[in-house]
Amino acid sequence: MSKDIRIKKGLNINLVGAAEQTTSKAVLSNVYAINLNDFHGITPKMLVKQGAEVKVGEPLFYNKNREDMMFVSPVSGELIEINRGARRRILSLKILADKEQAEVSHSPLELGKASKDEVKAYLLKGGAWPFIKQRPYDIIADPDATPKAVFISGYATAPLAADLDYVLKGREKELQAAITALGKLTPGKVHVSVGASSNSPLAGLSGIELHKVSGPHPAGLVGTQINKIDPINKGEVVWTVAAQDLVVIGELLLTGRFNPERVVALAGSCVKAPKYYTTKIGAEISTFLYASGVTNNHFRVINGDVLTGSKSRPDGHLGFYNNTVSVIPEGDDYELFGWNKPIFNKISATRALTFSWLQPNKKYDLNTNTNGEHRAFVVTGMYEKVFPMDIYPMQLLKACMVKDLDEMEQLGLYEVAPEDFALTEFVCVSKQPHQQIIREGLDLLYKEIG
Amino acid sequence: MSDKRLTLKKRLHIIKHHFRGKKMAPAFNAFHTFLFTPDETTHNGSHVRAADDLKRTMNTVIMALVPVLVFSMFNAGYQHYSAINGFPQNFSLMDDFLTWDNFWIGIIKVLPLLVVSYGVGLLVEFIFAVIKGHEVEEGYLVTGMLVPLIVPIDTPLWMLAVAVVFGVVIGKEVFGGTGMNILNPALTIRAFLFFAYPTWMSGDKVWVYQAVERAGGPDAISGETILGYLAQNKGAEMSYSVSDMFFGFIPGSVGETPTFLILLGGLFLIFSKIASWRIMLSAVIGSLVMGLIFNGVVDQGWIGETSKFYGLMSFPFWQHLIVGGLAFGIVYMATDPVTGAQTNRGKWFYGFFIGFLSVMIRVFNPAYPEGVFLAILLMNVFAPTIDHYVVRGNIKRRMKRLKNATILPKDSEGKANELQAETV
Repeated sequence: MSKDIRIKKGLNINLVGAAEQTTSKAVLSNVYAINLNDFHGITPKMLVKQGAEVKVGEPLFYNKNREDMMFVSPVSGELIEINRGARRRILSLKILADKEQAEVSHSPLELGKASKDEVKAYLLKGGAWPFIKQRPYDIIADPDATPKAVFISGYATAPLAADLDYVLKGREKELQAAITALGKLTPGKVHVSVGASSNSPLAGLSGIELHKVSGPHPAGLVGTQINKIDPINKGEVVWTVAAQDLVVIGELLLTGRFNPERVVALAGSCVKAPKYYTTKIGAEISTFLYASGVTNNHFRVINGDVLTGSKSRPDGHLGFYNNTVSVIPEGDDYELFGWNKPIFNKISATRALTFSWLQPNKKYDLNTNTNGEHRAFVVTGMYEKVFPMDIYPMQLLKACMVKDLDEMEQLGLYEVAPEDFALTEFVCVSKQPHQQIIREGLDLLYKEIG
Repeated sequence: MSDKRLTLKKRLHIIKHHFRGKKMAPAFNAFHTFLFTPDETTHNGSHVRAADDLKRTMNTVIMALVPVLVFSMFNAGYQHYSAINGFPQNFSLMDDFLTWDNFWIGIIKVLPLLVVSYGVGLLVEFIFAVIKGHEVEEGYLVTGMLVPLIVPIDTPLWMLAVAVVFGVVIGKEVFGGTGMNILNPALTIRAFLFFAYPTWMSGDKVWVYQAVERAGGPDAISGETILGYLAQNKGAEMSYSVSDMFFGFIPGSVGETPTFLILLGGLFLIFSKIASWRIMLSAVIGSLVMGLIFNGVVDQGWIGETSKFYGLMSFPFWQHLIVGGLAFGIVYMATDPVTGAQTNRGKWFYGFFIGFLSVMIRVFNPAYPEGVFLAILLMNVFAPTIDHYVVRGNIKRRMKRLKNATILPKDSEGKANELQAETV
């Protein structure tokens, strides 16, 4: 049974440099890194010491609050660096890869017979649990909680994001295994959304509630879909998994191996030949960036899509959850009378001498300039045009800024993740950091209530 | 040429770093960002941003005001000479209106108002920015343009200066600057003038240049507004046609008269998505409804021709939109996003009551037959209340949903309960 979700409010940001649908194998990375910032809110406890040898799938550290939640190595090699920040907080781990890859292998789980607790224990032990995230709070799922439903979006609408139909092709077996396992973890449904006109391998799976989604970004964000399908209430928990991470989960369940390999879209106007690469979690970005070539020396590498990714560098490493690396020009330059001259080469949600409304399908080469200074909230009604949820975005942002817990709760903070506010941040005339405001609001709410 | 620009850009960049962290940095940055949009880049979050900033938004409103300003400069002279010589018999736009003589009156009367408004207002803004160490905000760019357009032409400049200082400090800066104020600053300035110097703000002498100076003398002139005539039940003495009212060849506050140009400005603001069409449309509806009610009262014969409200009440309901400051207020003042309702549903109520109350106050105000600025200020005060109830509606929906929530126990809790049950 499929239900259609049509999103009207939103904005498609069409950028130059979408990845062409061919896949190359990236050269092997010498050094792999795990960035602890990827695991928001986790306090790591190291299991191996610096200089130790680790295998693929061997636990590197665990969650201090949940000792059976393992975070495993994507590669076999020597742990050469534990990079610490203020108060000795671990920032990142670096592993020098061996020539010969050795791996930890578990006995495959018999999915047909396995109980809920067995599935949980298996995923926690195997290092695949961190792929399961929860809402509220947009953090790694609490294994103790029972989610009312699991949501998976198989439709990427973010600018330059990897096409999920393409990267998941041929992985039905793994996807099905992961879905079956997730189905055991919830008494509710496993909701899977695919594009209305897509040819997604997810659509044919069993044990799912299929939804067909259409409309502009953020139609593909799982938060939008949750809000339209079965919104989160106070006290409820839902789990979400990125479609591509299902493959890792599925492979672990079927073979007992943690396989960090994934197909990554390298995209953006600064990439000469934007396309897909097969690489591994934690691999150095330069291993495939320079294979495609760059057109310009003054660029920004973004781990993820341009709306929600994190700033990185060519010698940075592919993030744990990312399947897109975007490379766009830095915009640290002044523009003469940039505030009043007619603008043809940038996207705008208004028509105030900005002309992107004339060509809605034109592809733009946007840079990282803020196009103006930070100001207090002034303009109203603009966020609502790109925000499809039944939530008042500006009121919620303001509640987060003044740390009013009651308001945050009542206005729907439980339902959102920072990524849901990426578009409002994009169109914001006052250049407010919406995603950061929401992140801080979620953290505060988690600390006080969660 | 391009080389020269480069050096200017670089030079300013160096000076900017010179000022960094210093007290006068906001003052320098205000000028710098006026020339160049800054070289600031995004950090985390959304790495690309839309083209609009607050300067562009404000600039769009100013563009919508420029035709009104130019018209008002011609109209200043036109009203002055017409008051002296009588209105021309066969009116010709080119020969009677768009003349150098008319424009000259505009230059000597309207331009100084504009200069004082911007000069004093921006000075206050700069002082506050330097003291408080924040950037100079753009809000006053629009306020400074609105102020000269909503005051009578003979307003003494010192009065305007005092009012602007009051309006910017009390109306805006004490609340924290642009985006934080409760009352529309331009209307706060107008209200201050109205209550502090009422004789300069009402009557039949202030709307036409030199009418005050000449009063009582042999060459006295008068320029009663249409609403003024109607309030005195002297509607029959008026010589203005509906097209005069619509195109604005009538006396009134400097820039409030050209309904046609205001309409174009309003359409431009709606098209450019800068101002809220919801507020504008609902305000028009609100004023028509109130006008119809008054017309109905007259039609029913509930008040007689001797009633002091007869003139205004019997005024055709739709013409309220083309006289006085109603159109100007609806298009440029009611749509201020900071002081107006902020929710889309709230905007409907907010706009409706502005229109409704404007016409009501206009008819019933004993001292001064105009109520737009009072109505908007009143609704500014109520806008947060309107929003509160609209947002409550959203919260209630969420609460209702909560009743059917499937809150599942945590595994550990479930086990704990089982254990407890066993031990019991």
